[in-house]
Amino acid sequence: MTIKLDRAIAVGTPLPAREFNVDRKMLVMYCGACGDFAPTHWNERIARSVGLPDVIAHGGVIMAKTLQAVTDWVGDPGAVVDCRAQFSRPLVVPDDDVGAMLRVTGVVEEKLDHQRVVIRLNAESGGQPVLSAALAVVRLS
Amino acid sequence: VTLNRDFIGRTLPPGEIYEVSREKIREYALALDDTNPVYLDREAAGAVGHSDVIAPPTFAHVVLFRLGGWPLYDPDFGKQTQPVCVHRLARVVHHRPIQAGDRLVLTTTVDDIHDIGPHEQFVLTSEIAAADGEPVCTVVSHIVSRGTAAPKGVAR
Repeated sequence: MTIKLDRAIAVGTPLPAREFNVDRKMLVMYCGACGDFAPTHWNERIARSVGLPDVIAHGGVIMAKTLQAVTDWVGDPGAVVDCRAQFSRPLVVPDDDVGAMLRVTGVVEEKLDHQRVVIRLNAESGGQPVLSAALAVVRLS
Repeated sequence: VTLNRDFIGRTLPPGEIYEVSREKIREYALALDDTNPVYLDREAAGAVGHSDVIAPPTFAHVVLFRLGGWPLYDPDFGKQTQPVCVHRLARVVHHRPIQAGDRLVLTTTVDDIHDIGPHEQFVLTSEIAAADGEPVCTVVSHIVSRGTAAPKGVAR
């Protein structure tokens, strides 16, 4: 499962594209697991009162699901040595059985020293990007 | 009310210790519907060289929410009670993965507070280290305080 040799991985290599469901149950569980109970993540009334169309996902949820495209690819999540993202658009999570669909793509953008590679990541929902400047640096074993 | 810019450059040194448990890592991973066995199973973690289960790369946020109330909840900082603060950017640099059994401490520095149009943004650097001083990860957070910038110019 772990990718063993970096020499085989060329700049431009795409990661497998992924689709993740982000639903209300995930947000509620994440509130508890992370300790982030900001009401915009679970309370429609308050979300609407601050101008949002509905409750929105935590930035941590978007980042974590986006990084899962990397950690599933590399096998060992401990290989992620740096990760960053700008939350450019809220991920609105409707109260239905599906929630929001997050589509994640990535590509090896650069090789660094110490067997590290930079992976440029894109995360979008409904055709709109929800992250900008998202990347992960992974140390390949 | 604008944020108190006297906070720029201030650092809150370590206080309480956060003890990382296997169960908390499991809870966090399963909340995200991420069943990577390296988060859940010691043998699987051991097979890739970790001495215990490790946490997902974003787990530092759990530590921040547990220990990182400063400066947001310091009454002198000026953050409003209604939900006006929005996370704009996050970066986590891992010196090593967080793993079960870690005893972690947090040092937070307010790097900057500045206006972005009608909003303010504050930049925090959170250093997470083992209680013995070993660096574990560095988290940089840009947080927007919506609508709190001081009015500029003349209203038309």
